[in-house]
Amino acid sequence: MRFEIRWHGRGGQGAVTAAMILAEAAIFEGKYAQAFPEFGAERRGAPVRAYTRVSDKPILTRAPITRPDVVVVLDSSLPKELYLAGLKEGGLILVNTKKTAGEFAESTGIDTSKYRLYTVDATRIALEILGVPIVNTAMVGALVKVLPIVSLENVEKAIMETFPGRLGEKNVKAVRAAYEAVAAESVVAR
Amino acid sequence: MAVTVQEAKVTWKRLPLSSNYAAAYAVKDLDVDVIAAYPITPQTTVVEKIAEFIANGELNAEMIHVESEHSALSATIAASAAGARAFTATASQGLELMHEILHIASGLRLPVVMSIATRALSAPISIWNDYSDLMNTRDTSWITLIASSAQEVYDSIVQAYRIAEDPEVMLPVMVAYDGYLMSHTYEPVLVPEDNKPILDYAPKNYNRIKLDPERPISMGTLTGPEWYYEFKYQQVVAMKKALEKARKADEEFKARFGRGYGLIETFNVEDADVVIVAYGGLYGTVIEAIEPLVEKGVKVGAMRLRLWRPFPVEDVKKALGNAKLVTVIDKAISYGARIAGPVALEVMSSFYHDEAKPMIMSVIAGIGQRRITEDTIREIVDYSFKVLGRGRAPEESLYWGVRGVRYE
Repeated sequence: MRFEIRWHGRGGQGAVTAAMILAEAAIFEGKYAQAFPEFGAERRGAPVRAYTRVSDKPILTRAPITRPDVVVVLDSSLPKELYLAGLKEGGLILVNTKKTAGEFAESTGIDTSKYRLYTVDATRIALEILGVPIVNTAMVGALVKVLPIVSLENVEKAIMETFPGRLGEKNVKAVRAAYEAVAAESVVAR
Repeated sequence: MAVTVQEAKVTWKRLPLSSNYAAAYAVKDLDVDVIAAYPITPQTTVVEKIAEFIANGELNAEMIHVESEHSALSATIAASAAGARAFTATASQGLELMHEILHIASGLRLPVVMSIATRALSAPISIWNDYSDLMNTRDTSWITLIASSAQEVYDSIVQAYRIAEDPEVMLPVMVAYDGYLMSHTYEPVLVPEDNKPILDYAPKNYNRIKLDPERPISMGTLTGPEWYYEFKYQQVVAMKKALEKARKADEEFKARFGRGYGLIETFNVEDADVVIVAYGGLYGTVIEAIEPLVEKGVKVGAMRLRLWRPFPVEDVKKALGNAKLVTVIDKAISYGARIAGPVALEVMSSFYHDEAKPMIMSVIAGIGQRRITEDTIREIVDYSFKVLGRGRAPEESLYWGVRGVRYE
């Protein structure tokens, strides 16, 4: 089974690192994984895309993901056409927003009979725990709750490898908070 | 060729690494003595990681920070001439700036190894991937390997020192891979817990002609018409030898470590009417694109060129000999040539003397990282069968995916 995950954010939110942390966690778990960014001329605020593939079998393709199983949206102000493009029917959408899934679906017009929509207020978690609105690690935590393809333990290990020391410990806290929050705050509208 | 080496006892760690980091790990495990480099996207993280290894005490090496790539390769050459195991890495404009020094490394017969995260060339500026930079080095007498995974980048750099430092070769080696599409892609890579088995496989050759104050020699002196040609012919001979040395290095690597790649790699070529030829990371995309077609009974296969220089003519001919049409995808343009794909040209010339040969079609794609998906590959496969039906390959390269150009 292969999962193809596309990350959408804006420069500075850490979408590229999020894609990488998920792949690292999957590799620590003994799975095959691949993470890569879609590079533009990076600058803060510009839309950024990154990709993660996770599989039980070796991954050969290096094409960008055009028909994702999952899209993770780090910035809810991004136009929905950007992140819904090519999303498989029944695919999963995880959005960083204050809104509940029901409210978000209503405000954006996302068809929840076609997709599974989850929301989490990762910005609040990041501000509370990290003191900066860098939501990448929180979004990884929320994702592995709703898509349990890697264990929380391996996500934490990947984070500690990426950010050793105190910064890593804070990010682990953010991961755990989002892992808990996503279930409480979201409505699985199907 | 029989390989009688015992399988080495190695404990491997499975790490998430980019191809750039895999290159740095290989340099560490090969105990390289001197690294000189100048940062350029998308190569920079190779030398950043090496600098980290040196700072941590994991690698005991001299890192020379120079003012340009021209100087980077010059310093690498000097270190190699003094007997050190030397390494550098670059891409794109950096490789272009090194160009004259590339010939000096090979002409001095120095076993320098360099990794290339391939990238398009200016102007206009593109930081993205294609193979224009690498293909411009074709005639510099560097042995050139093109890897298709981060694991293969690690393994090929290990093999590269073994080939380069072979007394019968003594030529520099480049190990290339896709900039961004591989240089910045994280994937699982096996690296050894302990580098001893790596050094047993590729021991340092300090027993070579080198600059030594006790026994002074000159290197690269002015050489008149009476002798210059012989020096160059020796490079021709060494390159020829390098082909079998590269094959043997890979076979022995496989015997010891359980991983091998060959000089080329093939998929379903025995049963294919159309074979797609690719190199670098694109090969994986080609395989995933055609696997479902093969399952449906479409007679399509694939070949990957791993050793670009010296060109493995016999291997290529054997792999492609059964095909009716060979479609070579090149990620570089030889401007002004009707067949503008460098690898396509080489495949064509390999078959020139044969009566029975496949039709060969040249496709240019992925220039400046123009997107190539599995769908793109399947469109190229469809078009290849169309051409096969017509019984005549186009006499010019097809420029796939460029605006305003369509092929019927």
